[in-house]
Amino acid sequence: MLTLALILIPLLAVAAIFFFGAANARKIALGAAAANIAVAIAALTVGCSGFSLNVLSDPNINLALSVDSGISIVMLLLSVIVTLAAVLSGSCPEGREKLWFTSSLLISAGAIGAFISTDLFFFFAFHELALIPTFLMIGILGRGDRKEVAWKTTVYLAFGSIVLLAGLLMIVNQLGSFDMTQLKPVESHQNEIALLLIIGFGTLVSLFPFHSWAAPAYASAPAPVSMLHAGVLKKFGLYGLIVVGYEVVPDGMAHWLPLLLVLLLCNIIWVGLDLMLGNSSVMHMGYIFLAIAALVDNGSSFAMQAAVLLMFAHGISIAMSFCLADRIEAKTGTLEINQLGGLAKNAPSLAFLFGLVGMASIGLPGLANFAGEIMVFFSGFEGWEPADGLGPLQIATIIAIWGVVISAVYMLRAFRNIFQGETVSRTEKVTCLSRDEKIPAILLGLILLIVGIYPQAILQFLN
Amino acid sequence: MQTYLLEFYVVGLGVIMLLWEAFASPKNKSKLALIGAGGLSIILAMLIFGRNCESWTAVPDWLSRFYTTGGNSLFFKSFALVSTILVLLMSYDFRSILNKYTSNDNTDSNTGEFYTLPIFACAGLMWMASATDLVSIFVSLELVTITFYVMVAYMRRNVGSLEAGVKYLILGALSTGFLVYGIAWLYGAVGTTDLSKIASMDLTNSYPLLFGLSLIIISLGFKVGAVPMQLWIPDVYQGAPTPITAFLSIASKAAGFGVALVILQPFLASDTVGGNVQLILIIMAAATLLYGNLSALAQTNFKRLLAYSSIAHAGFLLLALSVSDFQTIKFYLATYLIMTFAGFFILNLIRVQDNSDEIDGFDGLGKRNPRLALALTITMAAMAGVPLTAGFWGKLLVFKSIVGVLPWVVIVIAFVAAAAGFYYYFKVIRAIYWHKPANEKPLIIPCISKYAIIILTAAIIVVGVYPKAIECLIGG
Repeated sequence: MLTLALILIPLLAVAAIFFFGAANARKIALGAAAANIAVAIAALTVGCSGFSLNVLSDPNINLALSVDSGISIVMLLLSVIVTLAAVLSGSCPEGREKLWFTSSLLISAGAIGAFISTDLFFFFAFHELALIPTFLMIGILGRGDRKEVAWKTTVYLAFGSIVLLAGLLMIVNQLGSFDMTQLKPVESHQNEIALLLIIGFGTLVSLFPFHSWAAPAYASAPAPVSMLHAGVLKKFGLYGLIVVGYEVVPDGMAHWLPLLLVLLLCNIIWVGLDLMLGNSSVMHMGYIFLAIAALVDNGSSFAMQAAVLLMFAHGISIAMSFCLADRIEAKTGTLEINQLGGLAKNAPSLAFLFGLVGMASIGLPGLANFAGEIMVFFSGFEGWEPADGLGPLQIATIIAIWGVVISAVYMLRAFRNIFQGETVSRTEKVTCLSRDEKIPAILLGLILLIVGIYPQAILQFLN
Repeated sequence: MQTYLLEFYVVGLGVIMLLWEAFASPKNKSKLALIGAGGLSIILAMLIFGRNCESWTAVPDWLSRFYTTGGNSLFFKSFALVSTILVLLMSYDFRSILNKYTSNDNTDSNTGEFYTLPIFACAGLMWMASATDLVSIFVSLELVTITFYVMVAYMRRNVGSLEAGVKYLILGALSTGFLVYGIAWLYGAVGTTDLSKIASMDLTNSYPLLFGLSLIIISLGFKVGAVPMQLWIPDVYQGAPTPITAFLSIASKAAGFGVALVILQPFLASDTVGGNVQLILIIMAAATLLYGNLSALAQTNFKRLLAYSSIAHAGFLLLALSVSDFQTIKFYLATYLIMTFAGFFILNLIRVQDNSDEIDGFDGLGKRNPRLALALTITMAAMAGVPLTAGFWGKLLVFKSIVGVLPWVVIVIAFVAAAAGFYYYFKVIRAIYWHKPANEKPLIIPCISKYAIIILTAAIIVVGVYPKAIECLIGG
């Protein structure tokens, strides 16, 4: 029952906020997020049996939830942590508390549901649950050209979902069951299914060339939405490729491996060169795709661990960047790097925290992303003998390493322009972060540090 | 107590109400709608709880040639009853508009029949569900269609309603012609109008048979709103009184599919003719999906949007029909009833209060009435087919039965159609939350509409998460 509680707590909180508590919305949301962390930890420590409810007998579909597999556990932890940080982040406009907090909790419930479902239908459906709140939040409370951005994002995500649905149905028709615990390689049409899955999941993860929705969406979305979406929900596509794609169509994935490598290099190098902060999330997806490519290529569990660790680390670090970027915007009124400067003078702790997450996303040793990235690069060479010569995977890995340099350049450049030098008019009267504003960033920063020093904290679930 | 008596009760109820209205001239005629709904509810309860009675499904000999209580008939009977009850309740809340367009002085003096006609249509729909012979199908179908001619044109001081009535009459007559002519050819080809006999025959793939069948399929296409007989739908839906639009869009369409199941079942199952019938249905389905979804993209009027949406849904249903997945059709129709009625109840409300059918009428609904806005958001999401709403299951089951069975072109069209749906249904959601309200006047939600909307919206979510609820209702 604990697994069911993980989904019910946020959903009940949504209902409570909608019908009773505009005034207490923040408290209810906070309570739900904290309760969910407690339930998740309880479920992991004392263990809990799965939950299963038959919702349709022909075809046989069950609301089946379980936290038995390691990758689900890691994703669950990521979800509950980022949810708590997201609820604490951002500044809700007056009178919009209901929309603000219900949307955040709905996105969270959708993500958690998708990660702990063991039925293909609910795996897909829970992810979709997050579509409408994202659409509404960007469209109503977003920044800049919000309506256009909300449309574009929704069209892209709906497109990805429909393609994905087609792929999943082809799988179901061959396996004859929606049960994710019984996935096995299908007999025919592997290549077609794999292509559908790569496009479908890929669009949701902003794989090149379906990436152009991501940067504007995150730039426009209110902080909790961009944190939850980039940090947690986006991992759904990667999770799906690992637990469904690799399990069901290994040969098909291998068939499209060269294509996948080219696309992910486009993510890393081409999109990375665009030098926008919003694109950093798109770019880092490339590394995780590289780990998935390695998994497909050499089938090592090491590559899988690398992918999952990096997914976790990236989720935490991107959520922290969006949380802090939102604070910068709230204090200075802009995120245009050229209009900022010298912010460190008046807001030293903001500068420190932003520096910390910047270093993490560059891959500084001692922070979680480093552990993930180094494992990804190693996994590219897993089982490789120098006598074999360089295969496509190895070449792609070598090129991808240059992405680290690119991200170092733009991250340091951004940091210098925003925080160092003389103060400009926008940053003269800025005050430092208040205690409440620091809490979510510190929470996320601590986790980056702990996992960076002791990656086993996450990897232990994957053995 | 037997099932076949239910139709008699329904007709009896209608006749009594009609006579009472004419001779006792009650003061408040809209109350007739409530009486009718109450009466039909009792009959629905008899249908539901009667199945424990002995000889419940027995049919007397004199009737058995034309009438069955087996197959899907009980499902379609309850479908007809539920939708008629909801239509009558909706009509009650629609009374102010109806009065305005039927009399000079805004009184209800000319509206009596409006509340009794749906009951006669209901009797026809129920009979259609049980008909097993082409002749009885034809007669019951005409009972429904002729009643609809009157109801569509009922607001006689409204040009739109009259125009809709004329269009419906002309095309309806044309389709009746197709049907009779088709039945004649079919009779010529197989020598009987009894569908159960046809089912046991070895059919030959002859031109007269296929020609007759094509004509019949075309005229059924008129009922369900499928290409090439879809042209009347937007205009008639827009012009007809809103409750009647809902009635047409839900009950009439469902009955059309009920009849299509009965007529086409023997032919689809046949080895010789099956392939050809399937081909016709697939082409119709693909054309219907494209027409409905692509035309809906540009609509600015909510009623027309729902009209095109109903064409689009017909396309999905035809796909399921083409692969003989009858269980899915019933499932789809049940979810369609829930979400479409929710949509029409809300539209009805806005129409009565703001006198607008446009999507603009929903501007700023999120501010004016957040709970109604939530209900409409859920309804639109369900129609678009967002998972965990009732609407998704129908589409999922259709996709599941066609993927890998039908040619990939058709499957791609179906997926493109589903994706296009997101665009135009989300346009409504966008109007609700993104636009500023045109007037700040708070909406007053009448009691019946309020509870109907609450129940239907809750049902959308419950079925979305737990579709077994529907599965139990429609029977395995």
